[in-house]
Amino acid sequence: MDKTVNQKAWFLVLPVFLIVAFSAILPLMTVVNYSMQDTFGNNQFFWNGVGWFKELLDPTTDLGGRFLASLGRNLFFSAVILAIEVPLGIVVALSMPREGWRVAACLVIMALPLLIPWNVVGTIWQIFGRPDIGLMGYALNSIGINYNYVSNEFDAWATVIVMDVWHWTSLVALLCYAGLKSIPDAYYQAAQIDGASRWAVFTAIQLPKMNRVLLIAVLLRFMDSFMIYTEPFVVTGGGPGNSTTFVSIELVKIALGQFDLGKAAALSLVYNLIILIVCWIFYTVMTNAGAERAPEKGVA
Amino acid sequence: MHSIPGRRIILSLFLIFLLLPIYWLVNMSFKTNTEIVTTMTLWPHQPTLANYMRIFTDESWYSGYINSLKYVVINTVLSISFALPAAYAFSRYRFLGDKHLFFWLLSNRMAPPAVFALPFFNLYSAINLFDTPWAVALAHCLFNVPLAVWILEGFVSSVPREIDETAFLDGYSFPRFFIKILVPLIASGIGVAAFFCFMFSWVELLLARTLTSVNAKPISAVMTRTVSASGMDWGLLAAAGVLTIIPGALVIWFVRNYIARGFALGRV
Repeated sequence: MDKTVNQKAWFLVLPVFLIVAFSAILPLMTVVNYSMQDTFGNNQFFWNGVGWFKELLDPTTDLGGRFLASLGRNLFFSAVILAIEVPLGIVVALSMPREGWRVAACLVIMALPLLIPWNVVGTIWQIFGRPDIGLMGYALNSIGINYNYVSNEFDAWATVIVMDVWHWTSLVALLCYAGLKSIPDAYYQAAQIDGASRWAVFTAIQLPKMNRVLLIAVLLRFMDSFMIYTEPFVVTGGGPGNSTTFVSIELVKIALGQFDLGKAAALSLVYNLIILIVCWIFYTVMTNAGAERAPEKGVA
Repeated sequence: MHSIPGRRIILSLFLIFLLLPIYWLVNMSFKTNTEIVTTMTLWPHQPTLANYMRIFTDESWYSGYINSLKYVVINTVLSISFALPAAYAFSRYRFLGDKHLFFWLLSNRMAPPAVFALPFFNLYSAINLFDTPWAVALAHCLFNVPLAVWILEGFVSSVPREIDETAFLDGYSFPRFFIKILVPLIASGIGVAAFFCFMFSWVELLLARTLTSVNAKPISAVMTRTVSASGMDWGLLAAAGVLTIIPGALVIWFVRNYIARGFALGRV
């Protein structure tokens, strides 16, 4: 679809620009300001230049060590949940019934975890996994697996990952399902005439058609898992020790717990920069993919 | 044809996996604390409504729900009304810096709330909005407005532009065209966008908790406080959790036919 050049369109965008700038740029300026200063309380600030940034990127210091460790944990967490949720989401989408009331029922049940407040998601799994009162914890322990997410690192990780799979796989599945629904029946009929195997249908028809939505799914899942805070905080509180402390949890600890504004601000900026870069890469890939398929846009 | 072998089993297992933890929460909300702590029962043997009664009669509990709903509704209305014209502009016109602007908006959807918690606290304290629903509603605009623009842009783009041109030839002014023709055409898109704004505002806790203290305390903050203060009142906690699921479930029911397309953000 050709778009006409019209600079007056800025007037239509202006309200959005202003409201987002108010919530994004203004606070970020405060963060930049803090990141260059040190404070001993009482609103007295001292110029610290790039000191916090140097410390942040140097693993031998306390701040740097904590940041890099939590970053590593966070990246590992994102990789694991993507590796589970994307294939599982595709399989579930392929298993959806084709029509009738069962579709609506499945969609509603699948969307349910997405609309539960994140701290309640944490609470649900906190209860569900407890060895004394939770079904999962009790069942695991009674079949002889010594499971306790409060004291065992591996169990804590397993709980947080299973919780995330529970919480977000539906998103991937719903996106893929939307992609599958847009495939015209003619494609399948053609495949049948050609005698294509199920696997061939999947790789040659279904997967390419899901490309675009899968990209959105991976982007959203990566970003949201990279800034995860509430759910693991409620379940494990970042523990045992620091084993499930992700970047956001570390950041909130420094900013609102210790009130170390300079350190927290420097961490925020680096954190935001990483997200911006990843986001830019995805955006470029996505718009390129969109340009290739431009004629099909809006065929939904 | 787009089915795979064993699909019934896979799907059933997945749905059971989704429902089991929720069932456990509902189950616990109808139990007394003695039953929860002393025995392991798969369903409440002495069902009780005491937990729910306490929430509905204690103001510090039920006001939490009202506070949450207040900022969620304000945020949804703000986000949609700001995003609609912008979505139209992005879909129909090219203008200076449009691509960069769109990317910048998108990047705000991805910004971690933890980064903004402290500066927001300072900002909204400075303009005297701290501890009001407006502070939370405006703060949630940070990620909901870009999301709404993104979704609505997809839906506006699926309206053929000949319709715009015909309307303008018929003498419609821009605002009249917008309200009388475009908005009804993309009504389902607006519904989907509103659903998402509702959803992300409803589930967010970190900013909502940071920007309120007493008067506008959201339900999620009330819950966290009670967990640590009153020891472990598991039954009450479970009942409060169940009540937070209900608004979401109701909203899903209304948009069930658009869910799939909505989650693809209008771009399938």
